[in-house]
Amino acid sequence: MLKFTEEHEWLKIDGDVATVGITEHAAGQLGDLVFVELPEAGSTFSKGDTAATVESVKAASDVYCPLDGEIVEANQAIVDDPSLVNSDPQGAAWFFKLKLADPDAAKALLDEAAYKELVA
Amino acid sequence: MEDVSPLKHTPLHALHLSRGARMVPFAGYDMPVQYPEGVLKEHLHTRTAAGVFDVSHMGQILVRPKSGKIEDAALALEKLVPVDVLSLAEGRQRYGLFTNATGGILDDLMIVNRGDHLFLVVNAACKDADFAHLKNGLGSLCDVTMLTDRALIALQGPRAGAVLCELWADVASMRFMDVAEADLHDVSCVISRSGYTGEDGFEISIPTEAAVDVTQRLLEHPDVLPIGLGARDSLRLEAGLCLYGNDIDTSTSPIEAGLEWAIQKSRRADGERAGGFPGADRILAEFTHGVSRRRVGLKPEGRAPVRGGVRLFADAEGNTAAGTVTSGGFGPSVDGPIAMGYVDAEHAETGTRLFAEVRGKFLPVAVSALPFIKQTYKR
Repeated sequence: MLKFTEEHEWLKIDGDVATVGITEHAAGQLGDLVFVELPEAGSTFSKGDTAATVESVKAASDVYCPLDGEIVEANQAIVDDPSLVNSDPQGAAWFFKLKLADPDAAKALLDEAAYKELVA
Repeated sequence: MEDVSPLKHTPLHALHLSRGARMVPFAGYDMPVQYPEGVLKEHLHTRTAAGVFDVSHMGQILVRPKSGKIEDAALALEKLVPVDVLSLAEGRQRYGLFTNATGGILDDLMIVNRGDHLFLVVNAACKDADFAHLKNGLGSLCDVTMLTDRALIALQGPRAGAVLCELWADVASMRFMDVAEADLHDVSCVISRSGYTGEDGFEISIPTEAAVDVTQRLLEHPDVLPIGLGARDSLRLEAGLCLYGNDIDTSTSPIEAGLEWAIQKSRRADGERAGGFPGADRILAEFTHGVSRRRVGLKPEGRAPVRGGVRLFADAEGNTAAGTVTSGGFGPSVDGPIAMGYVDAEHAETGTRLFAEVRGKFLPVAVSALPFIKQTYKR
């Protein structure tokens, strides 16, 4: 199941684990990223908390946790090479995997059609 | 109250839109922050080829002596700036500062001797205040005029000279800080060999009606890209140059800011025209007695950018305050984070390790010499 937030994150949900990243639209708006800071595995976040930070040449931006949950894995590849977020934001450049406190809560997020309408 | 006045447009506004620029409000103008190439590529392109910047939002001011003698305008201006204006030769430009009575900085500017008048270029956000300040200070001796019928562009980078040479061959004889009048495609422009990137380059004042045409011709050259404010900021930061409002303001003195070089011998204590500018007591005393804090370069040891407003500490626990970052970000040519800021004098020596508080962590940074890149001015 693929879901989106109004804050331009995507979630690919498999059972109770969501792989989370930022959308192509968001990556385009941010411009070339030069630094990514990710949460540590085992840390827990509520929906809307700042879970990661991305920085372009000119500014830092927060990436929010899209739902309540616990980080089970972070993607070191984008820390090592932040430009991956620009080149493949909805594929190889996922940010973290989140074990959802309430998998049903994902149903309330945007589907792909609704997100596309949002950024159209 | 929120300022709801509409944003002003420079003469190149439509050109920016046609090149796909992302526009942002800056000093009351709708300005290009970046083009589709993006800040990183625009920055690197300027360092390896050439870039064109629209700086028409800046103030262009003429100071014309009523007596007809340029010396009278120079001496009048010296009452507002701690700069030797009198010795500035015709066709030469010099960096300057407007100081206030407490020795702070009201604005920084370029001063040009154009033979029968002085030509000043001041910051966009300060230009109305600067104009009033000049009228008030010089009005009895000089006619002070804000030019509203000219655009200003910068052409910067190692290929800038070759590019401009195709429009005007005489450019080859200009040195850094020379200023000349030249016809670019039958349009009378004022060209200075200077800029805000650390690279060789030019700033070109163009009559409004010809601004799009001249800029287009430069952009048609295969070595030239348009460059937005985003890369302008990262380029000047790598070059160690101050941004007024960030790195210098009314609370910083020229000596704290490390701008002693902008105050020539003749205006210092024992100089032939010592003092005589606002705040001279404090500023001249600081030459002798030193200052309690200094502007320094800062090189974060890790990859995380350390930005303006971040607090600096002498220890990794954040117990002993050491200063504040005033500008910081990522330097594409340095390929890493860079910053500058003010630190207490005891921590100002190059190589001193300090700690920057970023998102609750204390990241190590090294006090570094400025600039971060080698300046390539054609001296």
